[in-house]
Amino acid sequence: MNNILEFLFESAKAAPEKTAYFDEQTSYTYERMLKDVKAIGTKLIGRLNVKCRPIIIYMDKSPKALAAFWGCVYSRNFYVPLDTAMPEMRIRLIVENLKPAAVITDMTYYDLARKYSANVFLFEEMVETPIDEQLLKARFDTALDTDPVYVLYTSGSTGVPKGVVVSHRSLIDYMTAFVGEIGITESDVIANQAPFYFDASLIDIYCALAVHATMCIVPIDHFSVPLRLLEFLEKHEVTTIRWVPSAMKMVSMFKGFASIRPKQLRKIIFGAESMPVKVYDYWKENYPEATFVQIYGPTEITGVCTYHVVDRLYDEGETIPIGKAFRNTEVFLLDEDDRLISRADTVGEICVKGSCLALGYYNAREKSDEVFVQNPLNPYYSEKIYRTGDLAKYNEDHDLVFVSRKDFQIKHMGHRIELGEIETAAMALPNMKNACCLYDGGKDKIVLFYETDAYDEAALLEALKRRLQRYMIPNVFNRLDDFPMLRNGKADRVALKEML
Amino acid sequence: MDRIIEILKSVHPEVDYETETGLIDKRIFDSFDVVTVVGELMDEFDIEITAEHMVPENFNSAKAIAELVENLEEE
Repeated sequence: MNNILEFLFESAKAAPEKTAYFDEQTSYTYERMLKDVKAIGTKLIGRLNVKCRPIIIYMDKSPKALAAFWGCVYSRNFYVPLDTAMPEMRIRLIVENLKPAAVITDMTYYDLARKYSANVFLFEEMVETPIDEQLLKARFDTALDTDPVYVLYTSGSTGVPKGVVVSHRSLIDYMTAFVGEIGITESDVIANQAPFYFDASLIDIYCALAVHATMCIVPIDHFSVPLRLLEFLEKHEVTTIRWVPSAMKMVSMFKGFASIRPKQLRKIIFGAESMPVKVYDYWKENYPEATFVQIYGPTEITGVCTYHVVDRLYDEGETIPIGKAFRNTEVFLLDEDDRLISRADTVGEICVKGSCLALGYYNAREKSDEVFVQNPLNPYYSEKIYRTGDLAKYNEDHDLVFVSRKDFQIKHMGHRIELGEIETAAMALPNMKNACCLYDGGKDKIVLFYETDAYDEAALLEALKRRLQRYMIPNVFNRLDDFPMLRNGKADRVALKEML
Repeated sequence: MDRIIEILKSVHPEVDYETETGLIDKRIFDSFDVVTVVGELMDEFDIEITAEHMVPENFNSAKAIAELVENLEEE
C-alpha cells in the first residue's frame, strides 16, 4: 500500500452503501465519498498544473471537508486544514509560510477565503465536475508514498506557527498499527470530538476509513451540555471515542452517567494532555468492561507513538503511564549527554524513530533540523530521530511515564501551545513594554504578566483575540509596574512564578 | 451575585453579564469555559451541579446561574 486513498478505494468496494461519515446536516456513504473525491480531484488536476503543493481547506468540520481533503490527495497535492475561527492575522502568517497553490472553501467562507489566495475553489461547484477516470489514474499512478499527504499547523515559540508535513507512508504506518493493536473493526461507530486541524482527529477519520467503520461528528455545542452529549452517543450507538480528557471531564464533573449511560460504548481512548485520575476513575467505574487506552505522541510523529491499556483504577497522586511503543516504532529516552536510559525512574527526553517521523516543518528548514536529527547513538548510517522535548521516565513495569516539558510548551484544554507565541503576540502590540507568559498547572490557567500604560485588561484582551487562537488567550492578566528582569534583558520567570 | 460575576469574568472579562442572556446558546462559553466556571461554583458555594442542572436555561445568563446556585444551596 503506497497511498492513503487505497483505504478509500477498498472501503468503497467492500461497503459502498454503508454510512461512512455523518454530522447533523450531511451523511456520506463510502460510495458517495469516493464519487465526490473523484470529482474534486478531476477539477484540481484540470485546473491546477502542480503536484506536491499545499492546498488550504477553509471549511467548517463536516464530511464535506473530508471529501475536499482527499480530492487534493487524488491530484497528488496535499491538504492543509485551517480553523475557520482563526484570526486573520494568524492565517496571514500561515499563508506567508505556506504559499498555497489554492484554497478550497464553501459558500459560507468564499469572501474570506479570497483574501488568502487568488486561486479559490468552491466546494459546491467542485463536486459537480464530471469525473475523468483516465485523468485521475494518470496522475495517481505517479504518486509516491514519500509524498506529503497533509500539513497540520501547531503553535510556534517565535510567534510563527509551524506546519508539520506528513507523508502517506507515515500515515499508513500509523493507521495500520493503531487499527491492529487497539482492535478497531467495521462494526465500530466512532464519535469524533477533535477538530480536523488537530492531529487527534486522525484516529477518528482514518480508522473509520481503514476498516470501513462509521464516524459521526459530535456537534460542538453538545460538549457544553452533558445530557445532550450522552443522548447523542446513545442514539447513534457509539462504540468508540478518542477524546481529550477535558471533554471527558464534561461528563464526570456532572456525574452524567447517573442520567444516561450509553450502552454500546466499549473503547475509550484518550490523550493529548494529562488525564486527571478523578476523571478516569469515574469513567472506569461506569464502564468496567470497556477497554481504556491512554495514548501519547506529538504531531511530528504523525499523532501517536505509545499507548497503554489502562486496566485498573488509580489513586489520587498516581500517574497513568503513556506505556510502550506501537509496532514499527521505537521510542527511547536520552539523558542530557545523549546517552540511552534503560533504568527505571531516571528522567530523559523522549525520542522517536521509525516510519512515523514527519518530513519536517514546511518551509522552515532550520527549525526542522533542530528536532529531526541524526540518531546520536548511530554514527554508521543516516538515521533520523525526532526529539520531542518531552521528559519521561520508566516505571517498574518498563512503561513510560510522562514527567514534564523541557521548554515553555504547554498543554491547555487539550491544545498544544508555545507560551512564546502568546508573548510574541503581546509584545507586537504598540506601547507594550514587557510581556511574559506562565502556565499555572495547578489551576490550569495561562497567566500573562505585562507592563504597559496603553491598555486596560479589556483592551488587551480584544487586541490579543485578533492575533491568537481562542484557546491561547490568557486566563489571567497581571499588570506590573515594576517588571522583574534578569541582567540579560529577559523576564525573570522565577520571580514571576512566585507571584502566581 | 457579585461573587458569581467575578467567577464569570475570570473566563470572559469582556462580557456584560448584566444584559447577556445567551452565554450557552450563543456559544460565548465553550465547554472548557463551562467546566472552569462550574468547578469554581461548586467549590465556592459547596454545591453539587449535576447533568440535569447543566442545561442552557440555567446557564445562559448570570441571573439564571445565580438562581440555580441559590436553589442548590437550599437543598
